[in-house]
Amino acid sequence: MIKNSFLDNPVTMRIFSFLLLIAVWQFFALILNSNVLPTPKTVVDIFTYEIVHGEMLYHLGVTLWRVILAFFIAMLVGIGLGIAMGSKKNINIMLDGWHILLLNTPALVTIILCYVWFGLNEIAAITAVALNKIPNVLVTVREGTRAIDVKLLQVADVFKVGLKKKFFKFFLPQLYPYIMAAARGGISLIWKIVLVVELLGRSNGIGFKLNEFFNLFDIASLFAYTLSFVAIMIFVEYAIVSPIEGRLNKWRNV
Amino acid sequence: MEKRINAGNKKPHDLRIDITKKEYKDKNQNTSNTAIKDMNFYVPQGEFCSLVGPSGCGKTTLLNMLSGLDEKVEGTINYNDGTKPKDWAIGYMFQEARLIPWLTVKENVEVVTNQSNDSLKLGEELIKEMELEKYMQSFPSQLSGGMQRRVAIARAFVNKPKILLLDEPFISLDQNVANLLRKILLRSWQNQKTTIIFVTHDIREAIFLSDRILFLSKGPSKVIHDLKINIKRPREVDDKDIENIRNNLLKKYPNILSGKI
Repeated sequence: MIKNSFLDNPVTMRIFSFLLLIAVWQFFALILNSNVLPTPKTVVDIFTYEIVHGEMLYHLGVTLWRVILAFFIAMLVGIGLGIAMGSKKNINIMLDGWHILLLNTPALVTIILCYVWFGLNEIAAITAVALNKIPNVLVTVREGTRAIDVKLLQVADVFKVGLKKKFFKFFLPQLYPYIMAAARGGISLIWKIVLVVELLGRSNGIGFKLNEFFNLFDIASLFAYTLSFVAIMIFVEYAIVSPIEGRLNKWRNV
Repeated sequence: MEKRINAGNKKPHDLRIDITKKEYKDKNQNTSNTAIKDMNFYVPQGEFCSLVGPSGCGKTTLLNMLSGLDEKVEGTINYNDGTKPKDWAIGYMFQEARLIPWLTVKENVEVVTNQSNDSLKLGEELIKEMELEKYMQSFPSQLSGGMQRRVAIARAFVNKPKILLLDEPFISLDQNVANLLRKILLRSWQNQKTTIIFVTHDIREAIFLSDRILFLSKGPSKVIHDLKINIKRPREVDDKDIENIRNNLLKKYPNILSGKI
């Protein structure tokens, strides 16, 4: 009985899964006894030292800021274009080719071109990241726009509610599931690209530091920085994205 | 009909419909069909007027024009004061309740208003009148079909519309629920003195509810019969007069429901 309840309980299973990962890591670190795979304890020591004395918080903050900025720009532009292309055939035909071009351009190419054209600055960095994400948001939102229930829009029309209200109360909520799907995929993709952008052309942020650790062969610090940011992203998912989604979907779950 | 109009007292919100021709384009075949031809009628302010006709007689087209959604027409639709449908406060009930699923009952009623204190207050009063005050914060999916229609009735009346359009609103409901809703509709109509245009297939329903019934022909559609219902209100659903009027009508015009006279 005890064994069963342990396996059935999702919380204990998650904790167990986490501890198992640490154990496997510890095991190999001890066997290899090498600089390239530091033990969990070494990483935790560096982490606490960096938090208290080091620059980690600063670099985490800079990267997080870039992620947030690029995320919102990509979402706004992607949603705007997605709605336009989903609802107007001509706009779709006009922009579809450009969209496919952008969708298939490797992230690295966009980044290099942005740096070359706009200079090694913040605007180029954010633009490059946003450009990589926009096509994905666009595809999802365009699908959502095509699936809009016109009957609900008719309600807005016969009661003459006005364009702004029609958009925010009758139209946009129909897109929320699609927007949330795009946002979820968005955050994880964006932070990975932000690191590359930082590595190639910025002098702060996690990506910049990772390059430094790579040159110094400081794998323990690399672990500490990466895991910290992963922790932040997990926090964003559980503390911000999931509650928002829950709120928007409240009417579905009653 | 013109004679009677001129004889009566005109009010500013009497509704005048003079459609010479209304065409609609068939997108698939790229042809245009005539939906309505020479349809003229006059609805005095505050009248409960039903439209009865066979399917495909252009009732939906007519409602779209009356609600101001469709303005392409040869002819005129206006009030006596000269205003057009797009300027009017309109209430509408669809064949289904058509509530907004992500808004609560209260929000569903309020969303079609201008959110002023007066209309918010009226919204709450109407919800109470519909005996739904316990469900103000519920979502439509939590309500039964009949309760959803009651919300739709509250929504239809919340802007104090001068004209209320109903497109077979009680179809696909069980008869007891439908009868209750009909009574609620009549009560709200009498409170607000709204002009009602009520589309239905159900001749008994039309007689029970209306002051007057207009029978429409098949497309291109026009008014083929104008029937006054003089039963005293309040009426009962099983009133003998309803059955009598129906029988007399069908004896005189056996094909009237398929649009022929």
